[in-house]
Order: sequence, then C-alpha cells, then structure tokens
Amino acid sequence: MTRIWLVCLGMALSPPVLADTPVVLVQSTTSTQNSGLYAHLLPIASDALGLDIRVVAVGTGQALRNAERCDGDMLIVHARTAEEEFVAAGFGVARYNLMYNDFVLIGPANDPAEVATTTSIEEALVRIAMTGAPFASRGDDSGTHQKELGLWDGIADVAAASGGWYRETGSGMGATLNIAVGMGAYSLTDRATWLSFENQGSHVILSEGDAALFNQYGVIPVDPTHCPNVNADGAAAFTQWLLTDGQDVIAGFTRDGEQLFFPNAD
Amino acid sequence: MPTLTDSFLTAVGLVLSADADLIEIVGLSLRVSLTAVVLAALIGLPLGAALAVFRFRGRSALVVLVNALMGLPPVVVGLVVYLAFSASGPFGVFGLLYTPTAMIIAQTVLVFPIIAALTRATLSDLLQEYDETLRILGANRVDVIATLLWDGRFTLATALLAGLGRALAEVGAVMLVGGNIDHVTRVMTTAIALETSRGALPLALGLGLVLLLLTLVLNAVVLGLRARLEEHAHG
Repeated sequence: MTRIWLVCLGMALSPPVLADTPVVLVQSTTSTQNSGLYAHLLPIASDALGLDIRVVAVGTGQALRNAERCDGDMLIVHARTAEEEFVAAGFGVARYNLMYNDFVLIGPANDPAEVATTTSIEEALVRIAMTGAPFASRGDDSGTHQKELGLWDGIADVAAASGGWYRETGSGMGATLNIAVGMGAYSLTDRATWLSFENQGSHVILSEGDAALFNQYGVIPVDPTHCPNVNADGAAAFTQWLLTDGQDVIAGFTRDGEQLFFPNAD
Repeated sequence: MPTLTDSFLTAVGLVLSADADLIEIVGLSLRVSLTAVVLAALIGLPLGAALAVFRFRGRSALVVLVNALMGLPPVVVGLVVYLAFSASGPFGVFGLLYTPTAMIIAQTVLVFPIIAALTRATLSDLLQEYDETLRILGANRVDVIATLLWDGRFTLATALLAGLGRALAEVGAVMLVGGNIDHVTRVMTTAIALETSRGALPLALGLGLVLLLLTLVLNAVVLGLRARLEEHAHG
C-alpha cells in the first residue's frame, strides 16, 4: 500500500514532460482560442522558435490582472486603453498592434427591436433601449465588455437597466452567447467568436460594418523589471515572430473559407 | 439544441476512436484526481479518526468545521490556491501555478474534509459498539484507531469514492489554478467547459457522458473489490 502512495506522490511531483524546452506563458483573450487561431498558429510558432508556448485564455480584464501579478510572460488582448495603461504603469515592456477584426451585433432573426434596418450601431442600440428588448452583456470587464460599455455611453444608462432588459451574465463570450440564444437576447460579440460558435440557433448578425465596431488586438511582453520571474527572452522572441513571420500565418487562418483575423503590425 | 441521441453517439464515437487528445485528457483527469484522493486520505483518515477517538477542548467545534468544509465551493478553493501560488503570492517561487501539481493541491484541499468527516462519523459509530471490549482489552488510543480504521475499511472505501467523485466532477478549482492549457492542464471538466463556450454542445455533452462512464467504471471496480474482500473476510 505504501508503495502505491509513493508512486502516486512521484507522479504528482514529477515535472511536466516538456521541461527541457523553455516555456512561454501567454495570458490571452478568449476569442483567439475559441475561434481555433491558436490551434493553427502555435504549432508553427513553436517549431520556428523552439519554444513550448502555452495559452491561458480568460477575458482581457482578467488576463491583464493575471499578468500584473506576474503570472504570464506576455499578453494577447483587445482593450487598447487598458493595454496602454498597463504599459504606462510599468507592467509591460511595450504594446504592439497585432491584428484586427470587428465586433458584430447579433440577435434573434425575428428582430423585435427592428435593428436590422438601422445604418449605424448607435441607432441599433437606441432601438434596443427604446423597445426594452433583452440585451445580454458580458459584464466581466473583458475587452468586449469595455467596448460595449463605450458604445452605450450617451445612449442608455445600462447600470440602471441592469436586471431589466439589460442582463449582465458575468461570464465569458461563449457562455454569454449561449445565454443570448437561450433567452432571445441581443448581444455584442467579435466576428471570429461568432463565426466559430456552433450553437447559433436562430440568431443572426443584425448590425455590422460601423467604424465604431473596429476591434484591435494588441500584444504586450510583460516587463522583466516588474516581474523578474518572467521568460523575457522567450516572450520577446514570440512577440517578434508574431509581428513578422506570424502575420502571414494569421492571415492564412480561415474558417469556412472566411478570414477571421487581419494582421496589421506596424 | 443537441438531442441526447446526438451526444450519446458523439460519446460512443469518442470512446471507439480512442482519440489521442481524449486519452491524454482522461489520463490527466485520473492522474490529478486519484493523486488528490490519496493525499486527501493521508490527511483525512487520521484527522477523522482523531476526531472520533480523542476527547479535547474545541473538539465539537472542529467537527462542525470539518463537516462544514465539505461544502467548500471549488471556485473559492481555486481562488485561494491561485493567490497562494501566483508569482506574486507567498508560494510563487515554486513556479507551480498552471501545472498539474497545483491542480492536485487544490483538489486535495477540496476532498480531505469529505474523507475526514465521513471517517469521523463511521468510526464514532464503531467506537460506541466496541468501546467496552476495547477497554477490557486495555487497548491504547493508537491501537483503538488502528482497529477502528481496519474494521471500518469497507465503509471508508465509500468515503474515498465520495471524495473521488467530488474531485473528478469539479471544474471551478482546476480551471483557475490549471488554466485549461491544451496538452498541459486540460482535464475532462475544463474541456467540457471549453466546448460549451464554443457552442459545441453535442461534443460537450458527449465528453460529459465519457466522464460519467469513467466514474461508473471506477465505482464498479472499487465496490466489486470491496464485495470480494468482504466475502473473503466473512467467509
């Protein structure tokens, strides 16, 4: 019996299999993982760089806080203001434009607030607020949530409407989409997550193309002076790769023939 | 909405295809949860036995506490272990965050109160039955504990299974401290959460059925073994 315990203890304490390859830990937004971008990109990058690249996919807000606590070597997120504050506070080395796509407003095909005929996202949101049609918000300080709050600004007091027609799920994008589909609510999501989401039900894209719906992704290596424990060399190498060779790899990622992310490194 | 038939067929397909990723995920689930239960038993069995046998000040309060800890929310345990092993936390230097070891630690914390509480309950009942005999034999406390643990072993196996069930089923703690990293810390429950968030509901439910099957097999093995041993002991 003792031997079994010792074996189990040994298993528990044994190092990970890839211990000899340097590890780079990326704190990331969820859309890049849920859409399958990392499954396409990471094997190519790992081979090219000889790195064991690992991704923890959480919302942008949580990713930034985890990285601030030094629990990650770099960030791939999408909330420009928060990213710039992160770097200004001395937590990140620098912030680089990586790629973009756009946000879309999705909702039930019967469109109770009649937003499909609107020509701007502002007008669409005004109609939702006026009719009091249910709207599912992330409510989790993610990049998408921050963008959504910015769009509501000056249109409706969503904090006051919370619990009524405005419903904060406090969950990730996928969970929020499942809820929106389940309750026939409108919701704001990035196009990549929506196109790769398999439980769309009768929901469709109802508003898109407005310049205000631009969605920029950024990459930030964590500052080794703030976090001496980070793999600064590995993070710098992967960041550099993403901004050069990786740009074509990002452009080459498609789903059902549609390109989901558009590289735009400076 | 996926029908149960879709999910069932997905589950059967997953098992039959013996998909390498699935085997890896199932293997890690078993490794993490079985190790956690063994460690939790190393803490929980002696703790439960001590609470049943020894009389000391504050014992009743401790019993209530251990029983209450059976209801610890996994996400709270995950958060505490995350803060402890975060690079900025007190144990950050060990670099254990986002490793299977951190997941084992979190699940051990979750499971040991269950084993301790059920051990205490089982041994308290046995002690009432045996008390006089043991006193006549002049057994010391350590002998008493050993005797009770041995005679209660068949019921204690159920306590271990309850702990294993809790460990295999929880998602909140392993998600936070493991990070659901592909090929490193992805287990059954975090894979189910990921597929649900991708809207791949038949696959998510299919994985759920595989997890259920796994738990069924583990329980059948332990209970079968117990029946065999019990027969042997009484035969």
